[in-house]
Amino acid sequence: MADTTVAQAGVIKTRRPRGFLLDLLVRLVREKPLGAFGGVIFLALLITGVFADFIAIDKVNEIHPIDRFTPPGSEYWLGTDQLGRDIYSRMVYGARLSLIVAFSATTLSIVISVVLGLTTGFFGGRFDMLVQRFVDAWMSFPDLVILIVAVSVLGPGMWQVIFVLGLLLGIAGSRIIRGAVISVRENVYVQATESIGTPAWRVLLKHILPNVMAPIIVLFTTRLAAVILAESGLSFLGLGIPPPAPSWGGMLSIDGRSYMFQAPWLAVIPGIAITVVVYGINIFGDALRDLLDPRMRGGGMSYKGGGVKRRSAK
Amino acid sequence: MYSYLVRRLIALVPTLLFASMIVFSVVRLVPGDIIDLMLSESDFGADTVETRAELEKALGLDKPIYVQYFEWIGGILFRFDFGNSLWQNTPVIDDIAERMPYTIELGVLSLLIALLVAIPIGIYSAVRQETIGDYAGRTVSILGLAVPSFWIGTMVVILPAIWWGWSPPTEVVPFFEDPVANLQVFIIPSLILGFSLSAVTMRMTRTMMLEVLRQDYVRTAWAKGLTERVVVLRHALKNALIPVVTLIGLLVPFLFGGAVIIEQIFTIPGMGQLLLDSVSTRDYPLITGITLIIGFLIIVLNLVIDLCYAYLDPKVRYG
Repeated sequence: MADTTVAQAGVIKTRRPRGFLLDLLVRLVREKPLGAFGGVIFLALLITGVFADFIAIDKVNEIHPIDRFTPPGSEYWLGTDQLGRDIYSRMVYGARLSLIVAFSATTLSIVISVVLGLTTGFFGGRFDMLVQRFVDAWMSFPDLVILIVAVSVLGPGMWQVIFVLGLLLGIAGSRIIRGAVISVRENVYVQATESIGTPAWRVLLKHILPNVMAPIIVLFTTRLAAVILAESGLSFLGLGIPPPAPSWGGMLSIDGRSYMFQAPWLAVIPGIAITVVVYGINIFGDALRDLLDPRMRGGGMSYKGGGVKRRSAK
Repeated sequence: MYSYLVRRLIALVPTLLFASMIVFSVVRLVPGDIIDLMLSESDFGADTVETRAELEKALGLDKPIYVQYFEWIGGILFRFDFGNSLWQNTPVIDDIAERMPYTIELGVLSLLIALLVAIPIGIYSAVRQETIGDYAGRTVSILGLAVPSFWIGTMVVILPAIWWGWSPPTEVVPFFEDPVANLQVFIIPSLILGFSLSAVTMRMTRTMMLEVLRQDYVRTAWAKGLTERVVVLRHALKNALIPVVTLIGLLVPFLFGGAVIIEQIFTIPGMGQLLLDSVSTRDYPLITGITLIIGFLIIVLNLVIDLCYAYLDPKVRYG
């Protein structure tokens, strides 16, 4: 019964853009098996995070004081920590935490990138010049340094981390969207629309935005991995999401490094989880990029920008 | 070349200006009062009118914001004065100068390791495209992007200690006093940081090599009957490596960011440690000083690299 409703929902959802999503999926599996494998890892993370309450055995911070430092085994699959908390359950809830941070921060960053990228790429001129110098300045600070300084001011916490990461990656990512907008802008159909007096906002939303969707989707995927890595690094330094929240980076650092000789698994397990998840999302994102946006292949081209081309075209 | 240099130098001015404004405003844009934060979270003294006034004066918060900015930036530009640390009351610039060499050493060693590892593998991967060697190289490089350096670092500290009772040396001595002892401390952290950088470099080298290898002049070189060695190393590599030069510029921020974590794990008293210490004691003059110097260093380094790039690749200059 439940199966049929899920199946029906799937059918209804894929009906309208039929072909596109399905076609993408088929191509992913056929042409990019490694990318499909990454997609499976990503899907597993999603399911773990969404259904954490059913997958985990204990509650997040449930303690078993007698069973402190139990090595991984049949009773506690991944062992317990210094308070006797079940690591398996904490890892599962950690997946949920990673997903919340990753999706919130990435969505924020994409909104910022798209707004900045669309306006600077489309209007160009002095406004673009000024914004680009600001982006230069912004990007000249190492991500981690900005994060550390911002958290020192805002205080540690999940929402602070989301806000700062979103802002950070949003401004940096605007370059990629801007590049794509500039090249789409050169198309004849855009000039044709402009020549019949379509207002700028309409050109932007109806003609440019749909044509830069591919880089946006690719950016979104790769940003998810970047956010997960950055959050865990920040929590590792004790500046991210404070305990007892089950942040993987925090578990690795606070529990893992304090008791590293008594219970090495405390440091080993979160590291493996971060690596597998980031690896999976990265190869999935790479495959998506190759399938959706051949122009972005081999990222090395992006720095040449489109500015030069545009100037000569005018 | 000359006009390109001038254009780049002019573009540098607003960038530096924006960078200083970002650093300056971070501390001032705190929701609520920074003094409240400092008094509530650290023991700067009791919350009295005098301590407040004293702290405001130390931070220069008792003046209008634009006066504060110009005084601050003026002090830096004309007197090289970044203010004094709130705790030790020593000039910030002295603290930074003391720590800087360690971070630079870590950065340079890591970069060297990254390039030494990544460029040969990148070339091999491109020349032998779609072979097992290529797949192995690419898998390792993608892993290098995914494995957090703080995890490898922690493992390198933990595992040998458990297995063999050995842990990496952490007694840091300046390089020029005892190079051997110094390198013993730095080699492992540099290898770890270098590994995570080599992933990006390898991918870039491979992509560029593939692109160059398909060009007409390379085909001509083959047609002339040159050996693979000569075609790859003399003809293709030169052009493929030019964009990799730019990549070094893009890697420098990662170097500084990575150094923060690596220095923490291996207790190297560099800039990263200093930043973390100053954050935990809420020493704002020190925080702004460190951030600004790192930012300016990266901006200037990138300019130098872009100029090298323009020198190497005439297309850029006239583009």
